[in-house]
Amino acid sequence: MDVVNAILEKNVNSNKSISVHKDLELEIDEGTLLASDYNVFDKENLRSSQDTYLKNLTRDNVQVLINKIWMLQTERVDEAIVGILPKPVFVLPRARSVPKPKPLTKWQQFAKEKGITSKKKNKSKVTWDEELEKWIPKYGYKKAKADEQKEWLVEVNDPTKFTNGEDPFTASKTAKREKQAKNELQRLRNLAKAKNVKLPRVGIPSTEHFRDARQLAAATTIARASTASVGKFQSRLPKEKDAKDIASHVPGIKKKRKEAPLSVVQEKQRNKKLAESILRSKSTILHVDAPVPSTKSAKSSNSGGKKKSSKKEGKGAKKPKGGKGKRDLRSKVGGRKRR
Amino acid sequence: MPVIQRIVKPTSHRGKRAILKKEPQLFEDAKQTLCIKGASTSQLVTDCMKDLYDLKKPDAQMMQKKNDIRPFEDVTRIEQFCQKLNSPLFMFASHNKKRPHNLVMGRVFEHTLLDMVEFGVENYKSLKEFKVGKISTGTKPILIFNGEVFENNHEFGRIRNLLVDMFQREVVGKVRLQGLEHVLSFTAVDNKILLRSYRIQLKKSGTRIPRIELEEIGPRMDLEIRRTKLAADDLFKQACKKPKELKVKKKKNISKNTLGTTLGRIHIGAQKLNSIQTRKMKGLKKTVAERKAERKRKSLEADATSPKKIRISNGNVTD
Repeated sequence: MDVVNAILEKNVNSNKSISVHKDLELEIDEGTLLASDYNVFDKENLRSSQDTYLKNLTRDNVQVLINKIWMLQTERVDEAIVGILPKPVFVLPRARSVPKPKPLTKWQQFAKEKGITSKKKNKSKVTWDEELEKWIPKYGYKKAKADEQKEWLVEVNDPTKFTNGEDPFTASKTAKREKQAKNELQRLRNLAKAKNVKLPRVGIPSTEHFRDARQLAAATTIARASTASVGKFQSRLPKEKDAKDIASHVPGIKKKRKEAPLSVVQEKQRNKKLAESILRSKSTILHVDAPVPSTKSAKSSNSGGKKKSSKKEGKGAKKPKGGKGKRDLRSKVGGRKRR
Repeated sequence: MPVIQRIVKPTSHRGKRAILKKEPQLFEDAKQTLCIKGASTSQLVTDCMKDLYDLKKPDAQMMQKKNDIRPFEDVTRIEQFCQKLNSPLFMFASHNKKRPHNLVMGRVFEHTLLDMVEFGVENYKSLKEFKVGKISTGTKPILIFNGEVFENNHEFGRIRNLLVDMFQREVVGKVRLQGLEHVLSFTAVDNKILLRSYRIQLKKSGTRIPRIELEEIGPRMDLEIRRTKLAADDLFKQACKKPKELKVKKKKNISKNTLGTTLGRIHIGAQKLNSIQTRKMKGLKKTVAERKAERKRKSLEADATSPKKIRISNGNVTD
């Protein structure tokens, strides 16, 4: 009888139906093969026989999920039945943020604006060369070699191509290098534009730099004076003049001398103005009581028939200025020595 | 002009590919997992990590050397490893007196830490101890989460998200129905998450849908939640942002009726009846006499009106 019972029990177990009863419906996401069961556990069962309880609970939940998945639309791929899963609903974070669209280059932007599209869709990398009678690539590997073979001899005195006396090979080389450099410059400019880096402008300064013609004139004047010789040897354009009202900032510009006062009153007025302007100026005088370095007055040079003046300079004496100070013609006697 | 300062470009195609692979992708592959051992580990926690590594295998990397890292104090080393080895998920095993058999699981977003949860491993039974048939590697598992806390508790909800991210493998469009053979079940009891792993056996049920039987294949472990470091909501939201290309745009004015025919509504601008070009017919052509009469009438009208109006009428004629 026991055997029969056992068999019956087994039969009953194996014929468990595929339907599962749940108080709360499971939250199922077929796209990620995920099922969440928010039902309350049977606490006693969980404590007493944890493993079997968990196994049964999971089995039920898996059964519910499998029921859903098997009900999905199916397809036959290589003698296997595959279910077409819907898109996942469960939101998961990405590993990296969404890529931004690549910024267009200057040419691409222009082409887009003007509606220019490349006509060559499937352009091949190689072209048939009549001279060599073989396929040579347009660029890259084996291109340089083919060129070398093609241009093994170049006529030197070809006035259409080269200026006289120029080495044609060097000329082509420099031309190529210039092309490369131009391309590189454009590439870098596009990169800078993409990264939003401000580049110094090349060529004629724009209105960004100089709002005003006067500013431009001032800039040229300052630039001319910025040589070691204070712009003495800089060439000028015909009729070019220094900018006005910056003479005080730029050394080497000829300042207009003030005319001598016509009358005593005028002179007085002028001096008063000067004094006032000094007093009004905001610059404070530091260390009013500071000890002033003592300066020895230069001794008189005419002593004991010495011809050359022997000036002994004190600590606070002026530095000699080459040619700027006035020469004392009397102190230095040129010509033959007289006894 | 010589080329002054080149911005370094990859010289080989292989190098270029390697760089491109590390750049953000529109469609991301399965997330790689990095398994890192701490300065001191117990046999138990190493085995545990090894088992999880085996479960995840093609999408996981095991680091061989020990690393003196304390993730909850300074995570930068882990972030560096994750960036270098291109794996946004990590597992970290350690063992000490205060926190025995410690397993940290976490993930990074844009090479910075997003979430990190510390588990204590208890009641562990390894993959090898179950003497049963195993599953084939690389199968996408079914994930089952039991417990109301996964819905109600914010922290548990986020942990579920992390675990789904950790074990789900890649997103697939199709799945072989007979090939679903692995179940990972996570049950939240008190402060623990009970991890169980089963193999699915499909049995006949008399209907098209099979009956499911489960067989435990291991590993079995109870994960006690210790410390957590979860991302702020706004950062998490930012990380979850879907690309615009993946969003389906709703098509306007197109509908389907019950029979399955597609119906569209089209808008046409107002017809200008005055300027419309109708069909020319010989019968409707004006005769010479008619044209003359009309010209006469028009000239008379023009004479009758004032000079100012004449100009207007002239304009009308030319129009």
